[in-house]
Amino acid sequence: MTSQTLTMFKFILVKLAQLVPTFIGVTIVAFAFIRLLPGDPILLMAGERGISAERYAQLQAQFGFDRPLPVQYWEFLKGLLHGDLGNSLVTHSPVVGEFFSRFPATMELSLFALAFAVIIGLPAGVLAAIRRGKTLDHTVVGISLTGYSMPIFWWGLLLIMFFSGTLGWTPVSGRISFMYFIEPVTGFMTIDTLLAGDWGAFLSALHHLILPAIVLGTIPLAVIARQTRSSMLEVLGEDYVRTARAKGLSSYRVIMVHTLRNALISVVTVIGLQVGLLLAGAILTETIFSWPGIGKWMIDAISRRDYPSVQGGLVLIAFIVMIVNLLVDLAYGVINPRIRH
Amino acid sequence: MALLDIAGLSVRFQTNSGLFTAVENVDIQVDHGDVLSIVGESGSGKSVSMLATMGLLPWTAQVSAERMAFDGQDLQRLSSRQRRRIVGGEMSMIFQEPMSSLNPCFTVGTQIDEMIKQHKGGSRRERHERALELLAQVGIPDPARRIKAYPHQLSGGMSQRVMIAMAISCDPRLLIADEPTTALDVTIQAQILELLLKLQEEKGMALILITHDMGVVAETAKQVIVQYAGRQVEQQEVKSLFAHPRHPYTEALLSALPERAAGQSRLPTIPGVVPGQHDRPTGCLFNPRCRYATDHCREVEPVAAPDDPARTLCHYPLGRPDGEASPEPSADPSPGVSPEPSSPSRPEVRP
Repeated sequence: MTSQTLTMFKFILVKLAQLVPTFIGVTIVAFAFIRLLPGDPILLMAGERGISAERYAQLQAQFGFDRPLPVQYWEFLKGLLHGDLGNSLVTHSPVVGEFFSRFPATMELSLFALAFAVIIGLPAGVLAAIRRGKTLDHTVVGISLTGYSMPIFWWGLLLIMFFSGTLGWTPVSGRISFMYFIEPVTGFMTIDTLLAGDWGAFLSALHHLILPAIVLGTIPLAVIARQTRSSMLEVLGEDYVRTARAKGLSSYRVIMVHTLRNALISVVTVIGLQVGLLLAGAILTETIFSWPGIGKWMIDAISRRDYPSVQGGLVLIAFIVMIVNLLVDLAYGVINPRIRH
Repeated sequence: MALLDIAGLSVRFQTNSGLFTAVENVDIQVDHGDVLSIVGESGSGKSVSMLATMGLLPWTAQVSAERMAFDGQDLQRLSSRQRRRIVGGEMSMIFQEPMSSLNPCFTVGTQIDEMIKQHKGGSRRERHERALELLAQVGIPDPARRIKAYPHQLSGGMSQRVMIAMAISCDPRLLIADEPTTALDVTIQAQILELLLKLQEEKGMALILITHDMGVVAETAKQVIVQYAGRQVEQQEVKSLFAHPRHPYTEALLSALPERAAGQSRLPTIPGVVPGQHDRPTGCLFNPRCRYATDHCREVEPVAAPDDPARTLCHYPLGRPDGEASPEPSADPSPGVSPEPSSPSRPEVRP
């Protein structure tokens, strides 16, 4: 057992070490990306009124933009290692604080979207594989192809028009009705409302989550359904599935235990990869639904050329995606004994 | 009454280019405690007919049979729930590739336990004890440790032993072994065969051994069915089959045995391969490879003579079951290779 724990520990260390070069690459891209965009943060701050050359030079010196780029990058990296990503040019408060005050909203939305995608996508994929070549299979494959090809913003607007506009079932935007004010504890609206013991607020929060979660979850749903289907089909042809049937087990057990368990190995990888996609999709979804998460925050920061916020936000998002992928690798070991041992 | 009684079994597969008949009109009878061997090359439909009996063929397969009964119960009429009670419990099967036949995600113990739980029940503890006992019975050293092993930690021979342990866990009355030693090392092959025969004897269960190895047949079986291209071409007791093969195919298989080729510089082979879906000859399916084939063989499909106990599917069966010597093969040193096969120099049993 101890040797197993040690192997696991080593495995994690190796994986972490592999992340370092990726992470350095991310910092370079994040740093360079926003500076490559045309537009100047100080000019944008000044707006229509314009700014005098002296004042401009003074502000540049104040924010450190007058120094050579490599020096600026080095400062950024140094701060990063100390957990300091600088202050927003717009609000003047620390980027890390701004990010993490909004991150729970994005995470809540992403988790619901992912739950939606898994809860629908996994069974759909399994059913399609079992009913291979039948109407149900074609339906699942067709719908998931459509879902995969759907532009998020268009799909979001379509759903808002129908469910919020025509039917009036769901709210158009925001996280919760203005009637409620909930003290943020965890930052998760659904949990905070429950902690406050306010059922009405909880239902309102759920109500606000439905459409954005569906919109954000559509592409992952399609990907998961397709991956589950093809992975199930592959495993169904394996010798050990025939063995399971030769044991006289019910088809339910053959499929849900012997086949799905093995098919999940590749599905879990794909689910892990969706996390990056979800955070990318969140930017569009949050903009459509005025969801106060990091996606909307990033868009605002980009439009104001808020250098520290954009580069800091990108690095943090990349960091989170990398950590999630690491966790997926570990989960892999749990479901696949061939990796564990 | 035979334990397994199959008559007129045919299996067809729906393929992109139409129906493919993998097995046609096969009859199999196995009595309690009997050992039957089904022999033939790859593609002769040996496995398919047994998979059909077990109900393990993919959905593209169409199985039909005049009779398909296990211990008097018509397998075709049973509900899938009733059939599952027989499959695994009373009639179990082991396969050619032991390494891929065990589920990589579960331990050996879990997989054996699942089978016992399905058919015999019992408490967790009892099932565990039983699994340990079974592992010891199939010759796995240190069962207490191995029971926790995952399949990828086992060798091929060990995996096959585990498969056997699983297959006999519910005391089946019939064990079907589909080329159980093909994927194993030669040294392990003998051990596994020995184990199967020992278990067969101890438990008094019937054993169907599918193989393409005539040597294995000689050592194990009492009854032998020879299959070619999905047809049953001959059925005899092992002794008389080896002494007096009736079908030219059987004779060719036997003469390819290294023991029988002693003194010859080259091991005789059967030229060509078993015909597939698209290269089926007219007349007798074996005619392109048969050293005795005549124009009659190339045109007319043979049927077994009603008075032939071996039910030889040949226009000109060799010898006689009553012990008449087989005809001497023609002087041609490479049988069957010559494009103009000489007319058989032996008395024709039937025109």
